[in-house]
This record gives sequence, C-alpha cells and structure tokens, in this order.
Amino acid sequence: MTRLSEIIRRDLRLALRQGSDSIMVVTFFVLTVVLFPFGLGPETNLLERTSAGILWVTALLASMLSLDRLFLADYEDGSLELLALTPTALELLVIGKVVAHWLTTGLPLIVAAPVLAVLLQMNGDGFATLVLTMLLGTPTLSLIGAIGAALVLGARRGGVLLSLLVLPLYVPVLIFGVGAIDAAVQDLPSKAQLLVLGGMLLAALPLAPWAAAAALRQALE
Amino acid sequence: MTEGWPSSSFSADGLACVRGERVVFAQLDFQLASGEALLLLGPNGSGKSSLLRLLAGLLKPAAGRLSWNGAAVADDREVHAARIHYVGHHDAIKPVLTVLENLRFWARLHDPDSGDEAARMALERFGLWRLHEVPGKLLSAGQKRRLNLSRLLGAPAPVWLLDEPSVALDKASVKTLEAVIAEHRARGGMVILSTHADVDLPGAQALHLDRFAPAPAAAVEAWI
Amino acid sequence: MHRFANPARFLRLAAAIQPWTAAATVLLIGAGLYFGLIASPADYQQGQTVRIMYVHVPSAWLGMACYSTMAIASAMALIWKHPLADLIGKSAAPIGAAFTFLCLVTGSLWGKPMWGTWWAWDARLTSMLILFFLYLGYMALANAFDDPTRGAKASAVLALAGFVNVPVIKFSVDWWNTLHQPASVTKIGMPSIDPSMLLPLLLMGVGFTTFFVTVLLVRVRSEIMASKIRAIRLMQIHSTPGAVASGEVVG
Repeated sequence: MTRLSEIIRRDLRLALRQGSDSIMVVTFFVLTVVLFPFGLGPETNLLERTSAGILWVTALLASMLSLDRLFLADYEDGSLELLALTPTALELLVIGKVVAHWLTTGLPLIVAAPVLAVLLQMNGDGFATLVLTMLLGTPTLSLIGAIGAALVLGARRGGVLLSLLVLPLYVPVLIFGVGAIDAAVQDLPSKAQLLVLGGMLLAALPLAPWAAAAALRQALE
Repeated sequence: MTEGWPSSSFSADGLACVRGERVVFAQLDFQLASGEALLLLGPNGSGKSSLLRLLAGLLKPAAGRLSWNGAAVADDREVHAARIHYVGHHDAIKPVLTVLENLRFWARLHDPDSGDEAARMALERFGLWRLHEVPGKLLSAGQKRRLNLSRLLGAPAPVWLLDEPSVALDKASVKTLEAVIAEHRARGGMVILSTHADVDLPGAQALHLDRFAPAPAAAVEAWI
Repeated sequence: MHRFANPARFLRLAAAIQPWTAAATVLLIGAGLYFGLIASPADYQQGQTVRIMYVHVPSAWLGMACYSTMAIASAMALIWKHPLADLIGKSAAPIGAAFTFLCLVTGSLWGKPMWGTWWAWDARLTSMLILFFLYLGYMALANAFDDPTRGAKASAVLALAGFVNVPVIKFSVDWWNTLHQPASVTKIGMPSIDPSMLLPLLLMGVGFTTFFVTVLLVRVRSEIMASKIRAIRLMQIHSTPGAVASGEVVG
C-alpha cells in the first residue's frame, strides 16, 4: 500500500511539473465539442437532443488521446524494468499509474463537462447524471485503455494502433453513459444504466490491471 | 547496512534462453555463494544482458532452473525481487525530478522503510550529494549512471546484477564502483557483472557465455 | 520457433487431415448450394432474397467461432507457452475477419430489399461490425512488431481481453438497439424454419466449418515454414563466420 501511494505521488508530481497533459486533454475536449455546433448548426433542439452523445464521444476520444503516454515514458527510460522488479505485484503498480492518470486527465474532463453541456443546451435535468456517468465511466475507460497502452509498447505507430485496439472496447461504456443521461433528461429512471456502468467499473478494476501487467511483462521480455 | 548478509547460495542449473526465435545459450550452470562475484564474458550477442535479465526475473528461462538456497526462484517472484538490484542499460531517471527525488522513489519502492539517511549516504558515496537538488535533465551521462548506481546503496539487497555498469564512468568513478562492490562482497553480498572493460573484481569467477551457445545446427535440427 | 517446440507431429497430422477436410468442403458446400438455390422454396414473405441466408448465417457463425478459436488458442499460448498455439491464433484471425466481412456484406445486401436501405443499425449487424473491428485491431497488433514472437504474445492478451468483452458488447448493443429501434422494423433473422430450408443451412454451416479448418491448416503450415526460414537465417547471422556453410544445414 505504501508502494501504491508512492507511485501515485510520483506520477502526480511528474504530471504537475511537466504540466502539459491535463491542459491539452481538456483543451482538446473543449475545442472538439465546440466544433459540433459548427457542423450541425446552432439549432437549439438538435444540440439539446445530441448533447449527451457529443459529450461522451468527445470525452472518450480525449481520454484516449493521452493514453499512449501512460507507460511509454517509463518504458523508454528503463523505469518500467525497475517497476517490474519491485518486490510487489506489478498489478498494484498498474493500478497506481492508472489512478494517477485518471486524476490528471479524467477528472479535468468531468469538471469541464457541465460547462460544455451548457454550451450544447443540455436540459438541466441531465447535469447531475452527466457528472455521475462520467465519474463511473471514465475510470473504466482509463483501465481498459491501460491494457491497450501496455500492448502497444515497442510497436510501430503505437498511438494510432492504440485507438484501433481500445475504441471497440469502449462501446459499452459509451452506450450506457449516453443512455443514462438521455433517460434523466426525459424524466425516466436512469438507475439501471448507472448500475451497469458501476458494474463495468467493478469488473474492470481487477481484470484490466491483471491483463495490463501481463502485457507489460511481455513488453519487457 | 553495517550488518552482513546471511550466508546463502544462488545457483543456475541447465538454464536456456530464447530471444526472439533464437536459442542464445543453453545448459548454463553456475553456483555463487555469499561474498562471491561472477564476471560474465563473451562477444556481442552471446547473451550477457539476457542472462542478467533472466537472473533478475525479467525474462523466463526456456529451460532449467534458478535456485536460492536450494529453493526455486520462480516460486516467488516478489521475494526474489526483494533480494536483487538490477542495473541495466537505461538509467531510469526522470528529467523533472531532482537527484534526491529520483533516488528516494526507487529506494522506497524497493523497501518502503528505507530512510533518507541511506539515500544521502548513497549520493555522497557516488559524489552526487552536492547535486541533490538538481533536476535529472541537467545531469551528464556519467552523473546519470552514478545516480543509477547509487540505488544499490539506497536500499540494501544481497544480489547485485550489473549490466555494463562502467559505461560512461570516468576512472575515478570506476574506482568508487570497485570499492563499493568490494565492501558489498565483504558484507556477504553477491555481484554478477558483465563488462567489456576494466572493472576489477578480485577473485571473481568468470563465465564465458560463448561456450554455452548451442551448436549452430542444433538450433535448426528440429526442422529438418 | 525454436528447438524446444517441435512442430513435426503437428505437420504430419495436418498433412493427413487436410485432404479430407478439403474434400468434405467441396461436397458439403456443393450440396448446400444445390439445396439452397434450387431444391428449396422461396420464402412466402421475403421471396428469393431469403437465399442470402444460406451464406449470411453460416458466415456469422464462423465469424464468432473463429474469434472463439483465437481466444482459446491465445489462452493456451499464454498458459503453456506453446508457439503452435500462437500460430493458430495468428492464422485464424484473417479467416475470421473475412467471414465477418462476408456476413456484413450479405447482411447489407439482404437489408436493401427488407428495409429499403443498405445499412440499418440492426442489433446483430452492429455487433458483427464491432467484432470486425476487434479482428482488425488483433491483426494490426500482431503485425506491429519487428519481433514476431512479441506480436504473437501481445495479440494473445488482446484476443482474451476482446473475448471477455464480446458478451458485454453484445448485451450493450442489444439494449441500445431496443431503446432506439421503432418496433415496426422487421429484423433480419431466420424465418420460422421449414425443413427444406434447414437442410441447406446446416450443410452450408458444416461446409463453412470444414473450409475454415482447411484454410487454417494451410495457413499454420505456411507460418511454420516462415519461421523455419527465419530460424535458418538467424542461425546464419549468429554462427561464427565460416563455421557452418548454410548449404550443409539446409540440405
């Protein structure tokens, strides 16, 4: 457990001093969302109806954007070898890195999302659910993404390849994230969708670090 | 740090290593007791680095076994990780962390109880204490290598696996490294080291890896 | 591949099986086509277009069966580290992708007369589309490394992660589809099946399977040949110059 907090603290410190990732991810999120009214037209009804989908699809792309850095820097400078040789389960260190990654990239998205929802004319009833779905959904995205990020280490064109690997796996999170918001906006119960999102997070929490750690060990062989 | 390591033995029995699709070496044996050192020799591609990674547990042997005091190392990866320090080709130094932060992170990760005092002594020993607040990106290649080597002293471990540790070091630093290794061995530690040059290990066993390369035809005979 | 994994037994077995599966494929698909195109009635609702089913449905089966094969081979490769399992996974992927693509194309052709459009976001078709993307990711990853063994290991982990996700994706897409699809749209699916239609369907299904086995054997054998060539090349690079002339070894 000390080791878990040690690695989270290190990665947060690195993110803080290098500084760029969080800001870039949020900027990408905002910019891309702002493009949609230009593409679809500023008609309030249309934007309101599509707002949940636009926000979720864009958030998903934004969180994917920073994923290839998750292990790459450590892989290139030899830190990953030493992490794998730490006298503890590599899975635990993967969880630590994913937590730090989510805190620096997932959390800012969640803060930005309600502001963008205003721009997209989202019905006020959907705001709480929007934040809730993102709180439950983005950690799952980071966890699944960690598998992809570990798999593409050492590959040619890792970044593009990564999106090809993880986007299909993101579909369930997207469906239920948008589904919950749509239900809330229409005054329907969204508890079932939220439970499914929570269930996916609970399933990904042990499985994804395990798969990612297996992929990391292979990358180091 | 001052007390010695308990008397132990580290041995390999019939080790074989496959890299990519090639057998690098096979039927490799050695036995190392506390205080002893093993020098890995051989031309490029003979598997010195592979053997060190295999001993560290980064690679899995294709055949054979590694044992510590007679018990198979493969049974408990974490216990084995706690007794080794591995210094590879990369220095694992984060450019935005200071020298002290870099070292302290690895020391705490290896042993959460390791104190700041050990880190300071390690940096002093390798002549880096005056730089301890300098960020890693400003270090020269030799300083980075010394910082990497100071992990050996930052948190104690009985087995040191050093892959070409003298690369980028000047003569004085090589002397320091030799002295540090001698002290480690005097306390009952083991050192396994690969080098192309000039690290003096008095009384070390030598292992010529090219002697364990498979006969060229053996690598393909299964196919014919 | 290396001398710790000897594929000689597999090669003998493959050579023995392959003519039989090839012959069975010709017979089964021939008979299936005869019963499907000539000796079975048109559907009273869908007319002649129902005959697309004899290709569409077996392709869907095989698309899923190939992915299962890949996942099982990957699990075996990860647990027992047998290189042959890696080769089976790698060889099965393009075949499965081709079946899945065929399923999507025939589904689209079938959709035109049924829905009046080439593509509808029907639950089954959408799931197959995502399965197709999973295949693409697998193949891209398997070929993305300079060292083929690394590609094989990475794609094995991906195949398992994908396999765990397939039911989740299926469930999500079904849920999403019932939410958005107006009930009036008829779904593609097997009409209440008449025995005269069941026979060609089963013949085609089994025929597609034997076809899959035949092609898989051919591909695995050629992968083994390829790694044999790599082994010889590597040996030439790493043997001391002049120690062994390459001709002696190959001969």
